[in-house]
Amino acid sequence: MTVPASAIGIASGPSTLAMFLPPPLHGQLARLTPLDIAVIAVYFAMVLFIGFYLRHGSNTSEQFFLAGREMTAWIAGLSFVSANMGALELMGWAGSAYQYGILATHWYWIGAIPAMLFLGLVMMPFYYVSKTHSVPGYLKLRFGESSRILAAFSFAIEMVLMSGVNMFSMAVVMKVVLGWNITFSILMSSLAVAVYVGLGGLRSAIYNEVLQFVLIWAGALLVPILGLVEAGGWHKMVAKIASNYRDQDYIHLWRDTAHFSANPMGVHWTGIVFGLGFVISFGYWTTDFLVVQRVLAARNLRAAQMAPIIGSFFKMAVPFIVILPGLLGLVVLQNPDGTLLHLVGENQVSVANPHSFNEVLPLMMVRYLGPGLLGLGITALMAGFMSGMAGNVSAFATVWTYDIYQPLIRKRAPDSHYVAIGRWATVLGVVVSIGAAYLVMHAAGIMDYVQALFSFFIAPLLGAILLGMFWKRATAAGGFCGLLLGILSSVSLFLWVRMDPSALSMVALSPDAKSMAENLYRALWSFLISVAVTVVVSLLTRPRPIAELEGLVYGVTKLPFQEPVPFYRNQWFWAVIVVVLFAGLNILFW
Amino acid sequence: MRGLGIRREIPIWFFVGVLLTVYGALIGGHGVYGWVTHQRDAVVLAGLHAPMWWGGILLILGLIYCVKFFPGKPTLRQGATGKH
Repeated sequence: MTVPASAIGIASGPSTLAMFLPPPLHGQLARLTPLDIAVIAVYFAMVLFIGFYLRHGSNTSEQFFLAGREMTAWIAGLSFVSANMGALELMGWAGSAYQYGILATHWYWIGAIPAMLFLGLVMMPFYYVSKTHSVPGYLKLRFGESSRILAAFSFAIEMVLMSGVNMFSMAVVMKVVLGWNITFSILMSSLAVAVYVGLGGLRSAIYNEVLQFVLIWAGALLVPILGLVEAGGWHKMVAKIASNYRDQDYIHLWRDTAHFSANPMGVHWTGIVFGLGFVISFGYWTTDFLVVQRVLAARNLRAAQMAPIIGSFFKMAVPFIVILPGLLGLVVLQNPDGTLLHLVGENQVSVANPHSFNEVLPLMMVRYLGPGLLGLGITALMAGFMSGMAGNVSAFATVWTYDIYQPLIRKRAPDSHYVAIGRWATVLGVVVSIGAAYLVMHAAGIMDYVQALFSFFIAPLLGAILLGMFWKRATAAGGFCGLLLGILSSVSLFLWVRMDPSALSMVALSPDAKSMAENLYRALWSFLISVAVTVVVSLLTRPRPIAELEGLVYGVTKLPFQEPVPFYRNQWFWAVIVVVLFAGLNILFW
Repeated sequence: MRGLGIRREIPIWFFVGVLLTVYGALIGGHGVYGWVTHQRDAVVLAGLHAPMWWGGILLILGLIYCVKFFPGKPTLRQGATGKH
């Protein structure tokens, strides 16, 4: 899941090599050795080489925008997860784990796994059979041009702005951790993404995402391993957390969610289950084109169905390299005098408390990783950033070309023309992202608003897509009105709480609710409004003939016959294993 | 890469193998040098010589992937994207 605004604010305060040196203001966490620089240079050389190498295989629109629809389930699945594993996701959620404890794991388990299985088993056949190039493209087929244009514009704006925010945040991290110039970081990483996506299209983005996925694990896995060694193992870590922080429970997933005030996150289990586990999670994993595009690139329906299931295994494992370092930070990070180091919120950083929650992962990296390994860890963060940005830019290029340029500017043109537009849209996406990054740099206050954009669109879009896919009676007018009013209601709720913070108690249904609960309940309300409006307007307008819904709606679509395969290649078999693992993990850490 | 007029791409897994091999050699080499010369990096748990064994793991994995997915080597399913 995308990092919430409350967890994503990136350190701009003073930092230093935490456990060895006193904390000088405006210092940096670490210095790279020539070996670290060599590790980073090899990575950049490899991703650029892949872009140049694949440029010949991206000559048609099918090749450029959908990678020729010939990816294996493994490649599509890893790319599917990798496009979501941005560097800010890694650092933001490690910071959230330090701040909220193991509750942050919900965003990786209930906030991802059920939705990924639903995408693979239930929704993918419709996306795949309709042969759409994009999620807005499906809306056009189901609800008509107006819904497509609304979804396309909102998605395109969201993509480039999010990309810009991530780019700026990553540059700030590089400045804090390594002392790098912000403009240098922005230009170096964004130009590399522009080159390899512009040349090789989605295929190049996917290839690099697989590479980046491996790198993220290779660079980050050592931190929790060494952290557990230092802490004396899992049980000793849990005991130390319990003794260091007696007033809060950091180590239970569900036990203390019956009351908003009983857990550090200030959430209630209804918000986690319905707001996160259903609306936000299903909205993101099943309708956000950034991730759906990766699965659409699979070479056949079975591969497309298997890809999210394969991805879900790895998604379940991500807390090991993200949440666990945050928990370990509660135990092992120390001041130079040997006392426990306390990380604080961004607005509380001072000489006495020089580090924020969001610095916990870099702090853990410099604690354990020496020359070479630190370069690999930094490369993992950069790879995470670039995979996220490549996902944004490649999805933007597709939506811009097929859902904005083609219907509104030039309806009929040779295939090569649309490929050229896609390449230029990639460059345009990167340039606008850089502009957005500098906009955020000079007006930091808008960062919260830009990040909230994500939550404005996905919940209403989920309402429109679910009703369109599973309710024959849903009409074009119903879908459009539901989508529009859902977005407007989400924006209104957001602005209401910003202007009057006491409104949070009404949005989240409790005076004890905290900002995280607001995100969950705002999504839930906007989804319910979107659904209600779609249903009411649909019942008041004339339905489409059933024959026109073939291939678009459950119940009137004949799904393609799939050749029988041995049970170990069947998507349902692996989905059951995922469900058992998912249930077991939740019970284990209850 | 080209055979019978059909362009066959290098599998992504080969690229993964090359990258892991190079990283394994660089990091593992540094770790072995530190172990032999008794030079410890200024990090916590330096005595575990993490660069040596972590680099070794990366190197072995990388070599396995390089050999298994070497371009042009017949695989069960020679798709454009390789097979895993």
